[in-house]
Amino acid sequence: MTALPYEKGLSADIVEQHGLTPKEYGRIVERLNRAPNVTELGIFSVMWSEHCSYKSSRKWLKTLPTEGPHVICGPGENAGIVDLGDGQAAIFKMESHNHPSFIEPYQGAATGVGGILRDVFTMGARPIANMNALRFGDPSHEKTRHLVAGVVAGIGGYGNCIGVPTVGGEVNFHRAYNGNILVNAMTVGVVETDKIFYSAARGVGNPVVYVGSKTGRDGIHGATMASAEFDDDSDDKRPTVQVGDPFTEKLLLEACLELMAGDAIIAIQDMGAAGLTSSSVEMAGKGGVGIELELDKVPCRETGMRPYEMMLSESQERMLLVLKPGREEAAKQIFVKWGLDVAVIGKTTDTGRMVLLFDGHIVADIPIDALTEDAPIYDRPWVATAKHDRLKPEDIKPIDHGEALKRLMSSPDLASKRWIWEQYDSTVMADTIVPPGGDAAVIRVHGTDKAIAITTDVTPRYCFNDPLQGGRQAVAEAWRNLIAVGATPLGITDCLNFGNPERPEIMGQFVDCVKGIAEACQALDFPVVSGNVSFYNETNGKAILPTPTIGGVGLIRDVNKIAAMGFAKSGDLLVLIGETKGHLGASLYAREIAGREDGAPPDVTLEVERRNGDFVRDQIEKGVVSSVHDLSDGGLWVAVAEMALAGNRGANIEVPKSNTHAFLFGEDQARYVITCAPEIATQILSEAATRNVPAETIGQVGGKTLTLNGQCEIDLQELRNEHEGWLPTYMG
Amino acid sequence: MRSSYGKGFKLRSSVVVFPASNCDRDIAVALESVTGTKPEMVWHGDADLPNTDLIILPGGFSYGDYLRAGAMAARSPVMGDVIRKAKQGTPVLGVCNGFQILTETGLLPGALMRNANLKFIHKPVALQVENNRTIFTARYESEAHLVMPIAHHDGNYHADEATLDRLEGESCVVFRYLDNPNGSARNIAGIVSENGRILGMMPHPERASESLLGGVDGIPVFESLMEALS
Repeated sequence: MTALPYEKGLSADIVEQHGLTPKEYGRIVERLNRAPNVTELGIFSVMWSEHCSYKSSRKWLKTLPTEGPHVICGPGENAGIVDLGDGQAAIFKMESHNHPSFIEPYQGAATGVGGILRDVFTMGARPIANMNALRFGDPSHEKTRHLVAGVVAGIGGYGNCIGVPTVGGEVNFHRAYNGNILVNAMTVGVVETDKIFYSAARGVGNPVVYVGSKTGRDGIHGATMASAEFDDDSDDKRPTVQVGDPFTEKLLLEACLELMAGDAIIAIQDMGAAGLTSSSVEMAGKGGVGIELELDKVPCRETGMRPYEMMLSESQERMLLVLKPGREEAAKQIFVKWGLDVAVIGKTTDTGRMVLLFDGHIVADIPIDALTEDAPIYDRPWVATAKHDRLKPEDIKPIDHGEALKRLMSSPDLASKRWIWEQYDSTVMADTIVPPGGDAAVIRVHGTDKAIAITTDVTPRYCFNDPLQGGRQAVAEAWRNLIAVGATPLGITDCLNFGNPERPEIMGQFVDCVKGIAEACQALDFPVVSGNVSFYNETNGKAILPTPTIGGVGLIRDVNKIAAMGFAKSGDLLVLIGETKGHLGASLYAREIAGREDGAPPDVTLEVERRNGDFVRDQIEKGVVSSVHDLSDGGLWVAVAEMALAGNRGANIEVPKSNTHAFLFGEDQARYVITCAPEIATQILSEAATRNVPAETIGQVGGKTLTLNGQCEIDLQELRNEHEGWLPTYMG
Repeated sequence: MRSSYGKGFKLRSSVVVFPASNCDRDIAVALESVTGTKPEMVWHGDADLPNTDLIILPGGFSYGDYLRAGAMAARSPVMGDVIRKAKQGTPVLGVCNGFQILTETGLLPGALMRNANLKFIHKPVALQVENNRTIFTARYESEAHLVMPIAHHDGNYHADEATLDRLEGESCVVFRYLDNPNGSARNIAGIVSENGRILGMMPHPERASESLLGGVDGIPVFESLMEALS
């Protein structure tokens, strides 16, 4: 075996095209003691990209609480794991696929779903639910409708085919996403705790096995693309977007689970961003071993593929495994049965190096730790976001309250997303207890009476005006949504979407959002078990709103004891839990009615959040409430309207005569509306008083209208038409 | 075990698993809950089915719906024996993708085309039982109204006018949509073969077999089979 002659230093242009700074290139040369060849440069460029190395964020991510009594596996693996009891665990993660989805919405979103599914089943779990947090530009922007249509079709096309229910998520619109939409995909799976698979390779001479689709030229440099800003020529990057094949993924899923039922696997890792490079480097790096790959054996879709292309391809639906020696044939039989390519392409070594062989030559030879541990870490300069003034109720001039409710309920952010979720199969697998539309989706753990509650949340306009409060609020709202269905919150996955971290004001948003998230996770015993950072969501220097999406997972011990948000019975009383001051700063009311986006967002007081939430969950567990809904965008009256529409029953609420708009539409935190039979209300109120939880009876369920002090009548059917009408009309 | 039909009777049923079937487990669970017996899961690549009283072609995206929904599954190795047994009178229930496969094999007439709105549609739909004198529907009241979910991209039933007239004339239309979601000719949601032994339907009875999941209107399909075959 002879080594290819190494190039005598690569041109500055080539280095720059790989997204590496001259300083980073110098570091590579120093570490290798020579200039890299172009294959090696490509490998360094993806491993040291922001997307793979977290070089701007790592310092801050370390501050997040990641441990707790339920945590089986925190960040660092393909996905996080929390204990469900009875020898079962939930594996989950959320990941961004923003850049590709803007360039090619169908394939970008589809492969986002495919990638996150693989992250979960590579650890041994059968995926049981998908969710998506989507953010689009202004509805009037020329690209928005096309992007919505494409992303929704892509998510449905992939999830429906593979047969994992898509059970909810979020869809928001704001002009800050005109040039950079966000597609954050989350998957939750369930695994037996003694059948969890990890990615650390072990041993020397163990076979490295490639399975799944053939490697093509698609997606080369996807990770690098996702680590740069867009400009006007971003459409040229379409070839870097991968193409998804959910059929192959379904076969890969079933074949992997079949192989995992035995004990042949030492380590397994999906080929996601940076494909064969990151999977092989991470498996070797985590296991402290070396790896040698014979690239001639990699199944290729096209002839004449070069090592550089094979190592950087992001072709989808591929996995890399390290097997126990002698198990290759048994594994092959399973993959062949499922019609998948399978090939032994290398072995583990004791050299601590990644050695690539091709056509009788060594084409790369790199110390593994140079790619992982020596990746640069930056402590980027940051400036805190300037505080906004608090708005007083008088700062926002009210309009007719009924008119305001209709406008909010038919605004793009609050309007029904039925047009979207009817394109998703949300009930396949026959365990969906609460489909899209509730506070959190509820999916039964198959064959048991337990269930998992899932939600995704963040309020980017809060994060923009005050990143610290916004970070706290995102976690608190996820926690609240899980509480509202009766779940015990177990953990979160965070998907942190920001602009260019090289700009101090963006880095400042990131730092304070992470701080807020950390505080809330600590106070609510709601640790971070997995996550992802997406920087460079900017076009021509314009950044998105800071959007740290939180995916929350909770456990329901008895699926027969869940709470739903629809009003269940006429005559029930409405009890408002939590204190209402009428906070209108950064509220949806201020934006939609007064056209104002300024003002400090509501404070999130975490002890109060905890106290009120624990109280509500206890009432659900006791079975004394007939419906529950948390208060968020649009405040109290929007929440009441949503409960009324879900239960097809009206309600009257009693409201103060002054600053009524602030009472109705303020977005004070830590609040819920619960309903109960009249004879139970006193008991609930007195328990609330002893537990220092603000609670007051504010109205009664009944009729087919919504009223305030018996006035300002709004017909439910008319409200429903407005609420359901916006999106289908917009999409045409 | 929920039912008491034919004490001691064990219904032998077979669920055919194609690559990317994805409702195979769901229908097996529903069947077992009604009949008390686990169905055999039969791999599409097998040459023969085991001895069986009932064949199920489940929902899903066999072969990724590539070429045409159901087209490739209809030519899977095991389908030779499915067709043979069906022609000998073994009952066959095809749900969703299973219905598409049945039309592709020619065991049922017509075709399932792309939904009229060209989108995947998943929602509960209202149905009317048009014929309760089949082995699949005897436990329903005549003209009963039911709710079951649909979940498909290609459920728009199409056949020529003469075939549709014949289906109507021979009472082969078993389920009809009350509010047509997908453009199906004459609101057809499910049909049986001339001999009444093969049912293809787009709605999912197996996802309407438990009140926690939002409905039980699908259960009588399995109860009817249990009763007829015991």
